[in-house]
Amino acid sequence: MALKQLSDPLIDKNPVAVHILGICSALAVTTSMSTALTMSVALTVVVTLAAGIISAIRAHIPNQVRIILQLTIIATLVIVADQMLQAFAFEMSQRLTVFVSLIATNCIVLGRTEAYAMHNPPVPAMLDAMGNGFGYSLVLMTVAAIRELFGAGSLFGMQVLITQADGGWFVPLRLMLLAPSAFIILGLLIWALRAWRPRLVEAREFALRESRPEARP
Amino acid sequence: MMDLFQRSIFEENLALSFFLGMCTFLAVSRQVKTAIGVGISLIVVQGISVPMNHLLYAHVLGPGALAWAGLGDVDLNFLRLITFLGIVAALVQVLEMVLERYAPALHVAMGIYLPLLAINCAIIGGSLFMVERDYDLAQSAVYGLGTGIGWALAITAFAAIRERLRYADIPEGLEGLGAAFIVAGIMSMGFSAFAGVSLP
Repeated sequence: MALKQLSDPLIDKNPVAVHILGICSALAVTTSMSTALTMSVALTVVVTLAAGIISAIRAHIPNQVRIILQLTIIATLVIVADQMLQAFAFEMSQRLTVFVSLIATNCIVLGRTEAYAMHNPPVPAMLDAMGNGFGYSLVLMTVAAIRELFGAGSLFGMQVLITQADGGWFVPLRLMLLAPSAFIILGLLIWALRAWRPRLVEAREFALRESRPEARP
Repeated sequence: MMDLFQRSIFEENLALSFFLGMCTFLAVSRQVKTAIGVGISLIVVQGISVPMNHLLYAHVLGPGALAWAGLGDVDLNFLRLITFLGIVAALVQVLEMVLERYAPALHVAMGIYLPLLAINCAIIGGSLFMVERDYDLAQSAVYGLGTGIGWALAITAFAAIRERLRYADIPEGLEGLGAAFIVAGIMSMGFSAFAGVSLP
């Protein structure tokens, strides 16, 4: 049971690739694996703690003010995470710019607290939140690995493919480090996931006729 | 100033080059009509909230900003995020009430999208970028308006493309969101082509 809460959000209920939540930051920080890892850790910690705290006080939260209360708790945790980063990893916090703060508006966090932590005891709520954090991290690391490997020839800043500038054979694809590639890679990733797990395919809005006209140019 | 305006609409488009407001961007872009509604609401909220947050930052939150109250060495910078969140949420609420009272027709058109914008990364992100880049009041007003227009333009164009795509024969699995992401990627290339354009 507990294992299922942790493992479900990794693939079958992945918050990013299946539920399309938290895309904003997922795409912006994936130019290198180290920024993606920092962001993943920050989000996982914030969502787990937020779910735990909110679940612990869920019986005392009046229904009318629950959203603003959740937001306040989440924002407080995000501020702490941001300050920690600035104190202990200043260079990294400069590279992530505003995106750490934007964890506060990340739909995954509010989604998990609102949909799950409000109705469940702390331990399952934290496991569920942690699973979702890992699911988010998995997508981030995959996209970041592709972008960094082909965009700069390195992984975690370590040169894997020797670029032509250093006398090797690899010509970096600069496009991989720009915004458009992030969209396209995530699009293809979703396609791959749905090809692997066909039941995730969206139902068609319009049913096409079963027998298609064969005469197509 | 014109340059900043142009840049915030095209080259530094919040949706397509900073990926902000993506959840809303993907969720309400199935029809052009709803996309225009949410776009206009975002222009209004962004146009008001960025200069307002700038005033707040310059006079209350920034380092040394409380000098007028005799508290020159107080730095409330760490409260920035939570304050901006509160301001935007309150602004959306007030805007909704004002519209309902004085412009019911507009409220019917925009009202349902306003609550959606209370927790939109594009709006919070716009304010945070304003602080990060040290814009003054006039610049932040232009920046707020520009990014709002840019986002609205992007979502309207995106919705128009998705409307056409609905009748296309796309491979199974790529349909819907997969295709939407790829379209967004191609649009993002188009918008980045404006890089380097400078107005006199």
